[in-house]
Amino acid sequence: MAKAMLIDLTRCIGCRACQAACKQWNDLPAEQTRNNGSYENPPRRSAKTWTTVTFHEITQPPSEAGEEEGFAWVFAKRQCMHCEHPACASACIVGALHKTPDGPVLYDDKKCMGCRYCMIACPYGVPTFEWHKAVPYIRKCTMCADRIALGMEPACAKACPTDAIQFGEREALIVEGRKRIKASPAKYVDHIYGEKEAGGADMLYLSSVPFNELGFPELGEERLDRYAGLAMLAVPPAIVGVTALMAGTYWIIKRREQMMAQAAAEGPEAVESPEEEVA
Amino acid sequence: MTTYVQTRPSREMRPFPVRAVAILLVLMAIGLVTAIVRYANGIGAISNLSDGRAWGLWISFDLYCGVALAAGGFTLAATVYIFRRKKYYPIVRGAILTAFLGYLMVIAALLVDLGQPWRIWHMIIYWNPHSPLFEVGWCVLLYTLVLALEFSPNVFERFNMQVPLRWIRAIQIPLVIAGIVLSTLHQSSLGSVLLMMPDKIHPLWFTPILPGLFFLSAIAVGPAMVIFESYLSSKAFGHRLDPEIPAGLGRALVWLLALYLLVKLADLLVAGEFGLIFSSALFSVLFLVEVLGGVVAPLILFALPAVRASERGLFWSAVLVVLGLILNRFNVSLLALEGRPGVSYFPHPLEFAISIAIVAAGVLAYVLATRYLPVLQHEAEQPA
Repeated sequence: MAKAMLIDLTRCIGCRACQAACKQWNDLPAEQTRNNGSYENPPRRSAKTWTTVTFHEITQPPSEAGEEEGFAWVFAKRQCMHCEHPACASACIVGALHKTPDGPVLYDDKKCMGCRYCMIACPYGVPTFEWHKAVPYIRKCTMCADRIALGMEPACAKACPTDAIQFGEREALIVEGRKRIKASPAKYVDHIYGEKEAGGADMLYLSSVPFNELGFPELGEERLDRYAGLAMLAVPPAIVGVTALMAGTYWIIKRREQMMAQAAAEGPEAVESPEEEVA
Repeated sequence: MTTYVQTRPSREMRPFPVRAVAILLVLMAIGLVTAIVRYANGIGAISNLSDGRAWGLWISFDLYCGVALAAGGFTLAATVYIFRRKKYYPIVRGAILTAFLGYLMVIAALLVDLGQPWRIWHMIIYWNPHSPLFEVGWCVLLYTLVLALEFSPNVFERFNMQVPLRWIRAIQIPLVIAGIVLSTLHQSSLGSVLLMMPDKIHPLWFTPILPGLFFLSAIAVGPAMVIFESYLSSKAFGHRLDPEIPAGLGRALVWLLALYLLVKLADLLVAGEFGLIFSSALFSVLFLVEVLGGVVAPLILFALPAVRASERGLFWSAVLVVLGLILNRFNVSLLALEGRPGVSYFPHPLEFAISIAIVAAGVLAYVLATRYLPVLQHEAEQPA
């Protein structure tokens, strides 16, 4: 069964213990940051920072129940979504990225040549690159696959003081998410983000505000490699078709030329020579 | 004004273009130093690329435009050797040289753009047949080999090597067909690469038939590039060219551009996105400049007999097609492709330095090849 995480943003207090735990477990260095007028820090994920908590100030319209216009400070822990059908893995020219049966989408240092197509293909803006290294690699969240293999939960889930990050079986977490939404329909938007997005992901989110207001991309339910996959399927027939077409065209035109030449030799006055074909 | 009388001395007697070559060498040296800095300190040291914009000038210009502008090689080879329009024989070698150099330039750019270029051979042993880039990689590799073979008679003739010349002529037609198949795949696969991002590319450009549009625009820009460079090389080297040749290419371009335009607009109509042409603010401007300036305008110009009768008319119309193609490839692979939120990108001067150095190297190779090899003046071989 695939492992997954249920991240309930209504429980997140923005403490960033997950960020710190991630750096600790994965031995990631600190990085130069800057004050953006927000507690959000560092401002972007990078090859040194695989997960961040983003801070959002959301104004809520007056509710139908008669509540006044509200204000919400919402925190969103972001990292690799560990898609069911990862666009990064479909994109990778050397197959350095792959979906493991356990859930994590993992990267193989030994194969990567640094083309960065995964970074372009990922709809969530996850893979990052070591721009200032002479021998650079792609870096991203691994769902702590090494910890999972040892029977432990990922470092971020372990560190979370409010249980906003819950680690478990994907199916069970979806059931849990539905239960929470049903129990408190006023508290949650009726959407488990990640359940179906782009074919589904192993990072599942609950939120009190619409996900697009938190910077989550609005994606359909279909896999992102659907069109590219069709194009790749068309390659073998295209090879056969174009070869046959060109060889056939060559043969027909060549034969016509020969017949013309023959006819011209037999009865020069009967046939006109083909225009502009004579070199 | 169209005079094809040979007024200048033949190539052996012309003085070596010392100043021009010196300028090219300086540009190449700047690029080389930039590349050394890049290999020592990483891509970030010489570029404005970032996690939010991982592909920039090198991919859009050197790869996307470079491959398309090399399309003259296979379109002319098909015209002469498969469709047997022997009229175009005098320019086929120049077109193949341009394509060959174009692909070498693409590879040179990849050796800068790839994070670990010394691993470029990994694509040969680690396969991911689901990746459009896998198709691109194999097409670059194989078509460059085919182009090298298609170009090789120039070298064999120069040094009078009869045996390899016989071999290459024996496999000429299969070689040309292989080149056409690989080019068809390669031109379209650069469109397939972008199919992976259906939600990131503006709908004016994103369509499931993007690979088909890439192919159609490539076979249109091929002859335009041939007109462009044969005009320039006839000015620079003073060799004669039958005016019927560029005029004939111009006639073909009317049909090729019309087909491309028809498919592009029909696709927008079918998708119900035709209105976006006028309602997408800056993207509307980019689209209209690309389509009106780079497709409609040259289509009308090439359709006019007066333009086709004029050497310069043909040249400038071809320039419009080439610029339109360049804008199209920049639009679809950079400008209309969303970066990560909050990230803006404009190429670093040193990114330009790399691209300029590669173009300079290509121009220098073209000058030397046409000077010392029988590329533009060749009599011995005729299509079998």
